[in-house]
Amino acid sequence: MMTRILLLAALVTALAAPAASADRRSEAKSQVDFGIKVAQRGLWKEAQYRWERAVEIDPTYAAAWNNLAIAYEQQGQFDEARKAYLKALDIDPKNLLIQQNYDLFREINDRTKNRDGR
Amino acid sequence: MTAPRTATAVSLGLALVVGACTSFYEIPIETPIQPKLDVSPFRRVLIAGFISGGSDDVDANLETVRLLRSQLRSKSELAVIEADVIPLAAMATDQRPLADPVTDPMAEPRAEAQIRSQKDLEAYEHIFADVAFWKKLGEEYQQPLIVTGTILFTPHQRSGMVQRTQTVQDAFGRQRTVPVRTYMERKGFILNPKFIFIDGRTGTTLHSETFREEILYNAQQNTPALSSYFELMDRLIPSFLSTLSMQKIRGTRVLLK
Repeated sequence: MMTRILLLAALVTALAAPAASADRRSEAKSQVDFGIKVAQRGLWKEAQYRWERAVEIDPTYAAAWNNLAIAYEQQGQFDEARKAYLKALDIDPKNLLIQQNYDLFREINDRTKNRDGR
Repeated sequence: MTAPRTATAVSLGLALVVGACTSFYEIPIETPIQPKLDVSPFRRVLIAGFISGGSDDVDANLETVRLLRSQLRSKSELAVIEADVIPLAAMATDQRPLADPVTDPMAEPRAEAQIRSQKDLEAYEHIFADVAFWKKLGEEYQQPLIVTGTILFTPHQRSGMVQRTQTVQDAFGRQRTVPVRTYMERKGFILNPKFIFIDGRTGTTLHSETFREEILYNAQQNTPALSSYFELMDRLIPSFLSTLSMQKIRGTRVLLK
């Protein structure tokens, strides 16, 4: 009897885990969508807040990290932008769009560093 | 269909499916770049003058002062001081020690020589290290940020192989552009400015930077020296401005869903 209960509990947990993960992704996605809308209107602070919320809710959401990196970049927060891009690439290393964003960011960031080093 | 071809087709198809499923939005961004120099202690800027040389066709001292003042008036928050352009070369000549007639009987006393090369300029550069001179000038203008330096604008000639595009017609009458290499005589100018930023409160140098820009035209083309000067200055004005004020670099990024 005890074994049956344990098996049932394990089954419920196994089924509930992906459902919870899907819920988190869905919630994070709605934050990402809202962030995109406000960023398109130039409200980058609000967009940054939304994407920060998204990565808090679902830290494995590469698109949210990518968007957050762009928001940081737009506001001149280069260290934070680099960390966010690297996180996005860590999660989704084959995503060419994230890679392209990161390459463009690095080009500007390297230029800034060269100037500082003069 | 062979195995590698199948694999290529499958991966291409997958890439298209992934591309179609991923929602993305291209968005313009403006990345702020902080100025190289902290100009917060200053409210005013004095473009004092430059030691210039090279071509006789352009008064590089006067033109550079005018150009930088007009650029800073519209693109910097510092108030630009309107003052007479300082004849720095003459002042530097006056500051030079008199030639000793015993050791150098041929030396002409304190004559302002023609500046044709970087080497000629070196004889005048001591003035930028004259802290007392710049401090006094700073006091005169209520301790602004002082911009000075050297400008060498020299004619230049070069010949060699040049790649250019040529339009050709193929057998079917279609026009195509193809790269061709031809030997060309070219002439133009080299602009070598060194901008020096001096603290008007202390007379010390805060920052300096050197640029080099070159332009060459077909030898038959007759381009006025002043046009070439402005064309070359246009290229380095953004770098000059970025020393004093925040610049924004425009670009695009891709937002993902």
